[in-house]
Amino acid sequence: MTDKAITLENVTVKYGIGTPFEKTALDNISIAFPKGKITGIIGHTGSGKSTLAILLNGLLKPSEGVIRLENEDIHKDKEFTNKIRFRVGLVFQYPEYQLFEETVARDIGFGPRNMGLTEAEIAARTAKAAKFCGLDDDTLKASPFEISGGQKRRAAIAGVIAMEPEVLVLDEPAAGLDPAGKEEILGGLTLYKEKTGSTLILISHSMEDIARYSDYILVLKEGKMFDFGTVEEIFSSADKLFQASLDVPQITKLFIELKKRSITCRSDIYTVGYGAKVLISELKNKER
Amino acid sequence: MIKDITIGQFFPGDTLLHRTDPRFKIIILITFLTSVLAAKSTVAFMAVLCSTLILLVLSEINLRILLKSVKPLLFILIFTAVINLFFVKGESMLLHWHFIKIYKEGIVNAVMMVLRLVCLVVGTSVLLSYTTSPLDMTDGLERVLSPLKYIKVPVHEFSMMMTIALRFIPTLVEETDKIISAQKARGVSFDTGGLLKRVRALIPILIPLFYSAIRRAYELAEAMECRLYRGGEGRTRMKVPHVKGSDYIFLFVMLAVCVGIFLLNSYEVPFI
Repeated sequence: MTDKAITLENVTVKYGIGTPFEKTALDNISIAFPKGKITGIIGHTGSGKSTLAILLNGLLKPSEGVIRLENEDIHKDKEFTNKIRFRVGLVFQYPEYQLFEETVARDIGFGPRNMGLTEAEIAARTAKAAKFCGLDDDTLKASPFEISGGQKRRAAIAGVIAMEPEVLVLDEPAAGLDPAGKEEILGGLTLYKEKTGSTLILISHSMEDIARYSDYILVLKEGKMFDFGTVEEIFSSADKLFQASLDVPQITKLFIELKKRSITCRSDIYTVGYGAKVLISELKNKER
Repeated sequence: MIKDITIGQFFPGDTLLHRTDPRFKIIILITFLTSVLAAKSTVAFMAVLCSTLILLVLSEINLRILLKSVKPLLFILIFTAVINLFFVKGESMLLHWHFIKIYKEGIVNAVMMVLRLVCLVVGTSVLLSYTTSPLDMTDGLERVLSPLKYIKVPVHEFSMMMTIALRFIPTLVEETDKIISAQKARGVSFDTGGLLKRVRALIPILIPLFYSAIRRAYELAEAMECRLYRGGEGRTRMKVPHVKGSDYIFLFVMLAVCVGIFLLNSYEVPFI
C-alpha cells in the first residue's frame, strides 16, 4: 500500500464527559490516510464527519487514542500542535464567514502571514493559491464583502491553500454552489493535489462528487468506522452502503437496473462520463 | 468556554412560579426587591431570608444551577464582606491586632450585606429569569410598561428589540465559536504574545461577527416585513394572557410579606 500521511490509532472522542449529556462522537477509529491521494469521507448526518475534520488539525484533542502526522504524535507538545495547523489545512463547512481583511488578496495572505513568512513569499503564495481557486486579479483587489457567494467560497479555500499544507481537509467544499462552480473548485483542488503531492481529505454528502474525485473512501456510521477502501470496493457493495443510510452514485444505480434488464453486463460504473463510454461501446458491439 | 454564559436562561417547568402571569411576576419581583432592600433589623432580615427560601423551594430550581448564577458575583460578595468586616466601627470590639480592629457590628453587617446581595440575585433568578420564558418576559414587560405609551415612549418597539436580542444570543455564541475555530485553523493564536498582539488577534473574529450580525438583522427585517409587521399599533395576540385567582393571591401574599417586613424593622433579635 502507499505511504501514510496521517494516521489515527484507536481514537475516541466524547463530548460532555461526566455530565448526563455525555455523547460519543467518534468510537475507536483506526485509519491511515494514504499519502498523495484523495480520501473521501461519507456518512449520514451526525456520523462524526465534522468531528473527524477538527481532530486532524489538532483543534480538538481526542479523549483517547493518538493521531500521528508522519509518525509524530500531533499532541506531543503545545508548540508542535500549533505548528500542525499550518501543516494540516482545514476548510470548514461554509467557510465564507472567515473572511475579514480589506482585500481578498490580504485575506488569502492571512494564514501565511501568521506563519511568519516574508512579504515576498506571502505575495507569491497568494498568487499561486488564487490561481488554483480560479480567482482573477480584479477579485483579488476587491473587498471580500463585495464579491459573490461563489467567489467568497473560493477566496476562503484559497486562504487555506496559501499555507501550502501537506494535508488538506475540506468539509463540504462545494455545498450550495452551482454545478459549474462546484466543478471548478473540486477540479482546482485536484490540480493542487497533483502539483504539490499533498494529501486531500474530502468530506461530502454527494456520492457523485466522491466517486468522481476520490481515490479512497471512508464510511462512517454513528461515530464508528463502517468501511474503508477504494472507490470501486466501496461502491460495488451497494447493499452495505444502504445499511449506513447512504447511497451509491445515481449512475451506479442506473447501471444496476440496466444489468437486471440485461441491457448491459456491467454494474461497476461510478461516473457519468465513463458510464456513457461503456454504454456506447456495448451498444455498438450488439449492433454488430 | 463561551457556552457557559447563562443570560436569560429559562428552565421549563410547571410550578406556581411558572404558571403565574408574567405581569404579576414583574410586580411581585419589584415588591420583593423592595422588601429585601428595606429590611434593616435582624428580625426583618430573618423574614427576608425565609421568604427567599420559600420562593426557592416553590420554583423547584436545581440548587447547583442556582449556585452557578451566584458564582460571577463571588468577587463582589467577598469584597463587600471584607469592607464591612474591617471598616464598620461599633461599640463592642472583638479583636484588636496592630491596626486591624474587628467589631461585632462589623461581622453582623458583613453577613447581612452578603446575604442581602444573594437574596437579590436568587429572588430575581427564581421569580423571573429561570421561571419565565423570554417571550413571556418581554410580553409581560411590555404590558406593565404600556401606560408609558401615553407619554410617547415606544414600549412595543423596545420589547420587540429585547425579544430579538434574547433570541439571537445563542445564535451569535454559536457563530463566534465557529469563527474562532476557523481563524485558529489559519494560525491565529489568542494565548501568546503581549497585550497588543492579543487584542489584534480579536480583529479577525470581531469583523466577521459584526458583518454577519448586520446581515442577519437585514434578513430578519425583510422577513418581518414580508409578514406585514408594522409595529405595535393595532396588533393582536395569538395567546392572550388570562389573570387567574392564584395570581392575585400570590401578589397579595407578597404585598403582605413586604408590609410585614417594614413593620418588623423595629424589632431586633435580642442576643445579636
